[in-house]
Amino acid sequence: MANMTLTKTPMPEQDPKVRARNFKEVTLGYTPEMAIEEANRCLGCKNPKCVEGCPVNVRIPEFIKKVQEGDFKAAYEIIASTNALPALSGRVCPQETQCECKCVRGIKGEPVAIGRLERFVADWYLENVNEIPKKVEPNGVKVAVVGSGPAGLTCASDLAKMGYQVTIFEALHTAGGVLVYGIPEFRLPKAIVANEVTKLEAQGVEVMTNMVIGRVLTIDELFEMGYKAVFVGSGAGLPMFMNIPGEALKGVMSANEYLTRTNLMKAYTEEADTPVIQSKAVAVVGGGNVAMDAARCAMRLGAENVYIVYRRGEAEMPARLEEQHHAKEEGIQFKTLCNPVEILGDETGRVCGIKCIRMELGEPDASGRRRPIAIPGSEFVLDVDTVIMSLGTSPNPLIRSTTPGLDTNRKGCLIVDENEMTTREGVFAGGDAVTGAATVILAMGAGKKGAAAIHEFLQK
Amino acid sequence: MYKIVRKKELNSSVTLMDIEAPFVAKKAKAGQFIIFRVDEMGERVPLTIAGYDREAGTVTIIFQKVGFSTNALGALNEGDYIRDFVGPLGKPTPVEGKKKVCVVGGGVGCAIALPSARGFKEAGAEVTVIVGFRNKDIVILEEEFKEVADHFIMMTDDGSYGRHGLVTQPLQELLEQGEQFDEVLAIGPVPMMKFVCKTTEPFGVHTSVSLNPIMIDGTGMCGGCRVTVGGETKFACVDGPEFDGHKVDFAELMSRNGTYREREAEVNNTHTCRIESMGKALIQ
Repeated sequence: MANMTLTKTPMPEQDPKVRARNFKEVTLGYTPEMAIEEANRCLGCKNPKCVEGCPVNVRIPEFIKKVQEGDFKAAYEIIASTNALPALSGRVCPQETQCECKCVRGIKGEPVAIGRLERFVADWYLENVNEIPKKVEPNGVKVAVVGSGPAGLTCASDLAKMGYQVTIFEALHTAGGVLVYGIPEFRLPKAIVANEVTKLEAQGVEVMTNMVIGRVLTIDELFEMGYKAVFVGSGAGLPMFMNIPGEALKGVMSANEYLTRTNLMKAYTEEADTPVIQSKAVAVVGGGNVAMDAARCAMRLGAENVYIVYRRGEAEMPARLEEQHHAKEEGIQFKTLCNPVEILGDETGRVCGIKCIRMELGEPDASGRRRPIAIPGSEFVLDVDTVIMSLGTSPNPLIRSTTPGLDTNRKGCLIVDENEMTTREGVFAGGDAVTGAATVILAMGAGKKGAAAIHEFLQK
Repeated sequence: MYKIVRKKELNSSVTLMDIEAPFVAKKAKAGQFIIFRVDEMGERVPLTIAGYDREAGTVTIIFQKVGFSTNALGALNEGDYIRDFVGPLGKPTPVEGKKKVCVVGGGVGCAIALPSARGFKEAGAEVTVIVGFRNKDIVILEEEFKEVADHFIMMTDDGSYGRHGLVTQPLQELLEQGEQFDEVLAIGPVPMMKFVCKTTEPFGVHTSVSLNPIMIDGTGMCGGCRVTVGGETKFACVDGPEFDGHKVDFAELMSRNGTYREREAEVNNTHTCRIESMGKALIQ
């Protein structure tokens, strides 16, 4: 009997006041009872639109049916057949613009909480089964994967399942890419990422950290070493700045730097040697998910006032609604329709304020969003001691500049054909390195497609 | 994990180590740097490469024990391992095509000036080396420099060894005598590099400096190492570490290098060694 409640079964969360000061996960996940209750809201459509909305085509109604039956292991196996990293995507996917926005239940009321169910199933499996995948009979063909973010991990996983001998080359000292340096612990516990990497290693994937491809080895040298194909999933890690006066002051940094110090280097713990600035008042410039992450980290690191400074309106903010909502609950103050014009410093060269100008929205621009226009004479100063620039990132030029014949577009993104192959034979690419900064799930989709394309290429 | 295969104290605060890192050793070039991390909770610390042995698969680093992490590294011995060692990062010194070069090293900066001096020499240049130290006790690598230098000038601040004075003095004299250097490369403390640039500027001699600002990843990701060069923002880790010294905003660099100074002082005053506190916890 279907549950016809119009709203999603709520998921327990840490109280905003409490969680704003700790790094533990914000949302706590469904209990089995809650999961079954929510699963019963699914009508099991014959022609499921939700599956089309999913970049990796998770067989959504099928897994939800197993949840209804209480057979969570079977549910996991259905998800895992197309999605290598369900515990991740259940947490960080923008379901509201993908699977859930296609759900018929969403026409009247809220859609089925597909993301929460996916997360529940993945977490249940991790806790109760966590079967280490069996190593497939190796086919002896070596494939190199550059980068261990969502694209690289997914690609490596799919290739390993087909018997390829995969080596992942990671530039940093820990595998996971943006999943470990960028997304904070309170949104995606690092133990989950580490578990996925352990599973890959059990499948025979070799993970080499501290390997900056383009410097220590070039793509051409990988081929000389016997790799028959290369997948480049090196992401989009280069931070942008505004080029306004005062950006070199002490206390101005990129969101990448702030998040890396906090997450990857664990600066939020007592034990870590890496320092992070102790701020009282922080302005985070930008309106994306990364801006929300940086602002929420600042709050957790003890800041009294944290502002999001964004030049367009709230409706235009690219961050997920859920992230905006969580940030506001935690006391982050939104200064929308404001654009920084100058960062002010004290006599010691430290930030003491940020001068902003108020904006209004004009006609839509090329991105389809209404263009922000400065209101003359509306400047004001926010008293802050830290400014975090979260204006977006672009792909790292290290690989393209050291690989002859690898073409990129104007923005530095690698150009690929419909089979994810770059302009170099045997070199495939996917994720942010191709699209520019996007989502975890799109990168996973690209990694998956890349693995299939590499398999096809190597069959020839 | 990366093994320390050799350790040598060069003076009371400067240590040399050969680290087993075959991939890095194979590719390293003068002017490039590595990042090390002592243990799981350690910082990522950049150090310019002081040498390498491609056959043995080792990379030489020379460092001064100035902060928490360099002291932690200095406390390790031959046969010990460090958690991470990544490189080579940054662009190498462009050593090719120079006829006459002057390499100026200051203090522990001499450690990284040496491979560049050797690089220039091997590429066919006539190399003048000027090195400066506070006093005789902390002089390092004198013999090594003498081997690669066509002209070698030793300076000490207090006159206890070599000539009395700063490195800029003989440089100024040489330039005034009409010495035509294609390139001056200065590596050392930021004020020293700044004054070398001031010295060469009136003579219009191209002068490079090797910068070592605060950074995390060393691959262009964090932007912490940004420096202003000729009015443009550059990342020392990928655009450098060597830049045209006449265009570098040294005042900004010095200020930015002090971002965590207060916190570091605090840590040095109050820090009890992690192992010590772990030991205490075990006893309790």
